[in-house]
Amino acid sequence: MLEVEALSLFYGDMQALDQVSLTVPERQITAIVGANGAGKTSLIRAIAGIHRPSSGRVRYAGQDITGWPSHRTVNLGIGQVAEGRQLFPTLTVRENLELGAAVPRARQAARRTLDDVLALFPRLAERQTQLAGTLSGGEQQMVAIGRCLMGQPDLIMFDEPSLGLAPAVVQDVFRIIRDLAARGLTLVLVEQNVRASLTLAHQAYVLETGRIVLHGTGADLLADDGVRRAYLGG
Amino acid sequence: MALDLTSFWLAISNGELMANTLVKGTLTGLVYGLMALGLSVIFGVVRVVNFAHGEMMVVGMYGAWLLAVHAGLDPLLAMPVMAALLFAGGYLLQRGLINRFVTRPEHVQFLLLVAVAMILANTALMLFGPDARTVQVDYAFDSILVGPLILDLIRIYAAGFAILLTLLLFAFFRFTLTGKAIRAAADNLLGAQVIGLDHQRLYALTFGIGAAAVGAGGCLMLLLIDATPMIASDFTILGFIIVILGGLGSLMGALVGGILIGVSEALAGTLIEPSMKSMVSFGLLILVLLIRPQGLFGRRG
Repeated sequence: MLEVEALSLFYGDMQALDQVSLTVPERQITAIVGANGAGKTSLIRAIAGIHRPSSGRVRYAGQDITGWPSHRTVNLGIGQVAEGRQLFPTLTVRENLELGAAVPRARQAARRTLDDVLALFPRLAERQTQLAGTLSGGEQQMVAIGRCLMGQPDLIMFDEPSLGLAPAVVQDVFRIIRDLAARGLTLVLVEQNVRASLTLAHQAYVLETGRIVLHGTGADLLADDGVRRAYLGG
Repeated sequence: MALDLTSFWLAISNGELMANTLVKGTLTGLVYGLMALGLSVIFGVVRVVNFAHGEMMVVGMYGAWLLAVHAGLDPLLAMPVMAALLFAGGYLLQRGLINRFVTRPEHVQFLLLVAVAMILANTALMLFGPDARTVQVDYAFDSILVGPLILDLIRIYAAGFAILLTLLLFAFFRFTLTGKAIRAAADNLLGAQVIGLDHQRLYALTFGIGAAAVGAGGCLMLLLIDATPMIASDFTILGFIIVILGGLGSLMGALVGGILIGVSEALAGTLIEPSMKSMVSFGLLILVLLIRPQGLFGRRG
């Protein structure tokens, strides 16, 4: 569904991605694992069109989308739940959700999608008129996921969805991710919680200083000695 | 020049005079507010200070003057025309030029917009010369009496339309999807990109809206003062003072700041000397910067 081929990205002189190639098959969960600063967020943003890669190709559903700006990639159905949630704190929960459906592909059905999202997150239904910045971390993550779903994506890239959340809420987030996968969505999962994400994922890539160093099924990587030592604490 | 304290006390103890001064200042201030609103909106969203703001107002004034002289159009009717033209101009300016400078250092943006201001002011000077241009409307000297207040009809119309346009802007930002998208882009640019909002288009729309507001303000201003190319930079500075008073990026702040400046100018004119009015405005600015640097309605940080 999504193919990344030899993608390189620079911030000024600093190289964030070095010839990254990976394939994200349809209706599967693909995990990307790596230390802080390995380039996971850069990779997601380069695919989404927030950063412009210096070389390489991104293909989605057979179409070359390299360097497309994000308002076009999102409109193709590539959604993102960004690191740090990236909500609009001075806008209400409802406005945050509505804006998720501002892309042309989602605008027609926005009202119906909003009902679906509010049914999925009943807590948000109660807090529609509250400013997003006043919500708890867990609630904010629900808004971020709901806002992404409002755009009717076929593929969702999750960037550290459990970061900074209470353990009980982390369980909720992983349950939602499993549900979305069960609904037939294609997912990319970047997580500092390596064990949970490898357990969930069909396949995974290990990213180190901007390079893919390992690729296999989630189970393979869970059993890999190097991965265990580096990311699972032995 | 010595202050004449006797006339000062005479004026301040004259309730009717004071009330009329306050009302007149408020009405003028509402037009100032509309003018400054554009500056505030542009800064609040695009994070670029429009140093050509007063020049854009003067473009609106000359446009209204041309439409009055050649088409017999009342400046109030010229307003939608000039607002539309300035919207288009502002949109294209942002889309074609300023968007490339949004991530550049501030002094580079400053030079860019000063250059735009120079071009606009000198074009006005070339086309219209330095002479004052004024429009005579048939209600120019009508006024209505409300108790002790003498209200100039021309000022009431100008202020009324300023309020109407301000309310329209409020409604646009509050209730339309595009208005919400612009607020979202101002709130969190990365967040806007994440959900696929086209921020460059939103920036262009915002600059267009800001230019339209100041263009409409120029049409209203033509009812109150003469158009000359020289007032442009004065009004750019007046716009800054108002917006800094009210809080950069706050719509409500621009309106209240406009009224404050309108009233203080009128009071200075009545109590001290008309030529001292800008001194009072600057004094007020310094006071606010000292006591509440984020402005009356600005958020801290």
